[in-house]
Amino acid sequence: MFPADLKYMKSHEWARREGDIVDVGVSDYAQAEIQDVVYVELPEVGTIIEQHKAFGVIESVKAAFDLYAPVSGAVVEINEGLEDAPELVNEAPYDAGWMIRIRMSDSSELEGLMSASEYQAMIEAEENG
Amino acid sequence: MPVQYSSIIDEHLTVRSNLGLFDISHMGEIEIRGAKSLSLIQKLITNDAAKMVDGQVLYTPMCTETGGIVDDLLLYRFAADRYMLVVNASNIEKDLEWIHAHSEAGVAVENRSDETVLVALQGQNAPQCLQTLTEVNLTTLDYYRFTAGEVAGIPTIISRTGYTGEIGFEFYVGAECGVDLWNALYEVTNAIGGKPIGLGARDTLRLEARLCLYGNDIDETTTPLEAGLRWTIAFNKGSFIGRQALVRQNDEGIKRRLVGFQMLDRSIARAHHAVYRKDQRIGEITSGAPSPSLKCNIGLAYLPIEMSKLNTKIEIEIRGKRHPAKVVKTPFYRASI
Repeated sequence: MFPADLKYMKSHEWARREGDIVDVGVSDYAQAEIQDVVYVELPEVGTIIEQHKAFGVIESVKAAFDLYAPVSGAVVEINEGLEDAPELVNEAPYDAGWMIRIRMSDSSELEGLMSASEYQAMIEAEENG
Repeated sequence: MPVQYSSIIDEHLTVRSNLGLFDISHMGEIEIRGAKSLSLIQKLITNDAAKMVDGQVLYTPMCTETGGIVDDLLLYRFAADRYMLVVNASNIEKDLEWIHAHSEAGVAVENRSDETVLVALQGQNAPQCLQTLTEVNLTTLDYYRFTAGEVAGIPTIISRTGYTGEIGFEFYVGAECGVDLWNALYEVTNAIGGKPIGLGARDTLRLEARLCLYGNDIDETTTPLEAGLRWTIAFNKGSFIGRQALVRQNDEGIKRRLVGFQMLDRSIARAHHAVYRKDQRIGEITSGAPSPSLKCNIGLAYLPIEMSKLNTKIEIEIRGKRHPAKVVKTPFYRASI
């Protein structure tokens, strides 16, 4: 449910690093909580985003939720497929449902994010709390 | 009532194509009894209760002196001296105070909300499904009529009403029988692929049918005329609270009107987003959501009357950016029955 090769944020975004490129999406837990993703608003390619700042919005039938950047950097690509098929976030949150690709400016920022097991523990603590 | 049992879109489409079961026990029931019941009710509501017969239901606003809406409700006539008001959950206490403040000798007003369970069965398969559980001949129960009758052996009030735009029924039952009634209805609903429906789909269903939601689309700052509820005002029935103000507003003409709009891009308008036309802020959204049936994003907003014509282009400000929309005909969705 939470791939071990990804890093996670408290706000339920995941980050997948390949060199200085980081792909970003939301976790399986987040998509299940939000349910029916009907709209994803993403920044334009070239936008400079900052770690922990909102870079976009994900909307369910009922509400809109901010998406937070796991690292700082420049947006080099966005998942344009989500415009026609936002439900990909529900169907494949770690694959076809990815959102943006960032060229990160400071790889040390990744160290502050959670591992899969830490993220899992956080969710279990929240659910039991 | 949860926001959703499975998924809002799935639940919504299930009601549109098949059948949904709702636990709406949060609604309030207020009983009015006594010889002076009708005269009190006529004073309180804008619609005309004098024309009602036993077993009839009437939708009506209840207004302030200035024509603002205290609540919108369903009025049930059991007998000439016995009525029930079905009111919004958030307004139960306010309504009771309002009614008591205008009450007179010869009327008893009682809050039955805590002892009443209200369940709704909505969708094109509701009649055939319900018929398997009751001996009441449902084909003779017309729209906005009700009757006492057993459902699965449980004594209920069966009402041909609803808040979805589909054919359907609502059941009032003593709280002690509520679970049994729900279980019996759930069984027949589930057997044909129907589902329990949460608050989320209840909201998108009523929005598509352009049924007002109190607190969003109507409140004490809006009048029935502005809300498109002119048909619920019986100007000629005699005096009632708010009549003078409504007559004046009707004579002068309303300045704003609740209209439906459709987004022209993929963005989703929500309640309280601002509406613009040519850089002028002209109104605010009262309800907005994706429409699962129409697969576009819709909403309601009060717009100046001169900007409320069909196809008028407007812009909705969402997170600081303007998005195109246009005024469209309502109801957005009409059942094909």
